[in-house]
Amino acid sequence: MTTVVPTRPAPTAPAAAPPADRPSRSERRAGALLTAPFLVIYLLFLIGPLLVGVVLSFFNTTTVKSGLGDWVGLSNYTEVVTDPQFWDAMWHSVLFTLLTTPPLVVLALAGAILASRVRRGRVLYRLAFFAPYVVPSSVVALIFLWMYTPQIGLLPKIFDAVGLPVPDFIGSTAGGWTAVTLMTLWWTFGFNFVLYTAAIQDVPPDVYEAAAIDGAGPWQQIRHITVPLLGRTTSLVLILQILASLKVFDQIYLLLSGGPDQSTRPVIEYIYDTGFTAYRGGYGAAATMVYFVVIVAISAAWYGLRRRRASSTAA
Amino acid sequence: MARRRLLALGGGLALTGALAACSSPLASGLTGSQPNTADVIFWNLFTGGDGANMVLMEDRFRKTHPGTSVEATVLAWGNPYYTKLALATASGTPPDVGIVHLSRLPLLAASELLDPIEKAGLGELGITEDKFTPAAWRKATVDGTVYAVPLDTHPFVLYYNIDLARRAGLLNTAGDGLTPLKGKEDFLAAVKAMKTAGGAQYGAVMSVIADPSTAWRYFSMIYSGLAGPVVTDSGTRIALDTEAVQETVAFMQSLTADGLMPGELNGSGANALFSTGKAGFLFDGEWQIPTYRQVKGLRFDVVPFPALLGPKPVAYADSHALVLPRNGSRSGTRTRDAAQFIKSLLDNSAVWAEGGHIPAWLPTQRSKAFLDQSPQRNYVQAAFDARYDPEAWYTGAGSDFQSVVGGTIIEAIAGRLSPKAAVAGLRSDLKRFTTARPPVTMK
Repeated sequence: MTTVVPTRPAPTAPAAAPPADRPSRSERRAGALLTAPFLVIYLLFLIGPLLVGVVLSFFNTTTVKSGLGDWVGLSNYTEVVTDPQFWDAMWHSVLFTLLTTPPLVVLALAGAILASRVRRGRVLYRLAFFAPYVVPSSVVALIFLWMYTPQIGLLPKIFDAVGLPVPDFIGSTAGGWTAVTLMTLWWTFGFNFVLYTAAIQDVPPDVYEAAAIDGAGPWQQIRHITVPLLGRTTSLVLILQILASLKVFDQIYLLLSGGPDQSTRPVIEYIYDTGFTAYRGGYGAAATMVYFVVIVAISAAWYGLRRRRASSTAA
Repeated sequence: MARRRLLALGGGLALTGALAACSSPLASGLTGSQPNTADVIFWNLFTGGDGANMVLMEDRFRKTHPGTSVEATVLAWGNPYYTKLALATASGTPPDVGIVHLSRLPLLAASELLDPIEKAGLGELGITEDKFTPAAWRKATVDGTVYAVPLDTHPFVLYYNIDLARRAGLLNTAGDGLTPLKGKEDFLAAVKAMKTAGGAQYGAVMSVIADPSTAWRYFSMIYSGLAGPVVTDSGTRIALDTEAVQETVAFMQSLTADGLMPGELNGSGANALFSTGKAGFLFDGEWQIPTYRQVKGLRFDVVPFPALLGPKPVAYADSHALVLPRNGSRSGTRTRDAAQFIKSLLDNSAVWAEGGHIPAWLPTQRSKAFLDQSPQRNYVQAAFDARYDPEAWYTGAGSDFQSVVGGTIIEAIAGRLSPKAAVAGLRSDLKRFTTARPPVTMK
């Protein structure tokens, strides 16, 4: 049997933007007007507070009184960077990122591929995977706290019923990390899932058709078509996930209050504890700046890496 | 069509909901004013038995003051409560009356978050110094101004099993109390007697593992018999007495040596051992009394700790107190209602004493309603010998200070730190706090 293989252009990365004619004046004005609401809010609620934070970090500002307090120069910064508890907290945020990022990316990809391949009830699967993401963190934390509670919780009971040693989900450090990782997986998995689902829908069906004609099985299609074509999405999901995980606060605060003995306290909670609970607004601002610099450095490194990779593949 | 109707219905419901909410909290949230949902808005941090008693006292006020409404909000104990109280006050939306621990008062007062109680006209209601336990009133005074009305004193006390004590020959001749103990030899002998003559598995127990606050209370009590506060000058200078620390740790370790007392036991372990009559003494706060009362067949009594290392008995204690968070726009009527509410809580504090706490209000402390309560009446003296946390911006109930310093004490009790190493450990713990810049100028 002779098979005519239709020649198709290989899927390419989106074509480069058409040569940029300068947009007309009215178009530029429309652009400025349309972005204005965003810019105003951005300046007012992001850049503004950031600048206030920079100023505060040089003063001994008290959270509970108006006024800046005394000028203390860089001493807030020296105290932050020499405080072992700050670095412990930084490490906890990084550890949380290491624990949650790989499963959240891999499982979301797997989930999205599987959901795209079911024939019936696709909408139901997509909804079911995404639904937890819209539940507020306090609600999720309360529900999981019940499930983790020793003696009466669902999980300890299951462990007990099958005869496994019951881990101390709330009272021990290892148990605490397990508890918070599982909860985060269930809760935020949906976001990456949606990004992947959208990207999968963008893969042209004729590529699969061609592969099928060439005799590629489903697994080969996934490995050689879906996953490589999702490369750009993966790098986006990865950076979004790393940044989101480094920002962790609510799950750990609500579930474990950073305990036991501050052994799971993330850096945002350190900032909260010093800046609000101990009223040391200026010091908290300095800790925030150090953390901010670290985040910016990670994002910049990632961006640089991607650009280098992009230019090397283009060459 | 059906969908549109449903949407319209939902929208209508949401709208009416929003409008109903508008009348109070939402509107006040948008305008940044104090919510005005009741005549007296009261914040506290009590759950469990204490929470139930507090509700009873609120209800009594409602009954005697039918024209005045009270709205009580219970917030999570410890740092979360104090953070919310401070931020609500700083942003101009405080409650009218709040509960604080007196150990937390210095920072709140120095941050100007509290109105002096004199301003609320409490003096005219008869709330004056001479009617309070002096130690509590002194602690409610910061730099000459009284900022809080003490409600109780809750000391660290000595529980004992009556049956074991009888067998150990530790009961007095009348058989209604412990023989007087004085000094560490007496005390050590009593703990030994509980184990040997009394036949208990342990002479004494206390919660050690993962319980830094209890460890700190225990240490602080023994140490205070020998020396003053561990930090001075509003918490900026370490005043640790090396010899006193070593003596204290050596004493604690003499109790845990030879299996007299477990050096590694958690709260539920201590509870189980004392509840089942396997421990003669229990070192804990009086607030555990309601827990042990529920244990069937356990006969126990509670007394103040005797003098251990120093010449006089010392009780580590804290107090719950009522404060008026600062609010420049609180009306005269609201302030008067708040004062009435505080007075009513004091008058009803015999209810509060059910939770084990010693009323600070002397008219109640000397009333039949309180003196009929046993074992509460047996350790009233502890309120007069009370020693609080050192005055600093970082100390107090539920503070980081207690958990950090207590963490080192736990190591010492468990025998992993020699008396000498404990001194070094405590010094480095304290340094962390004394070198941090205080957020406000303390006096």
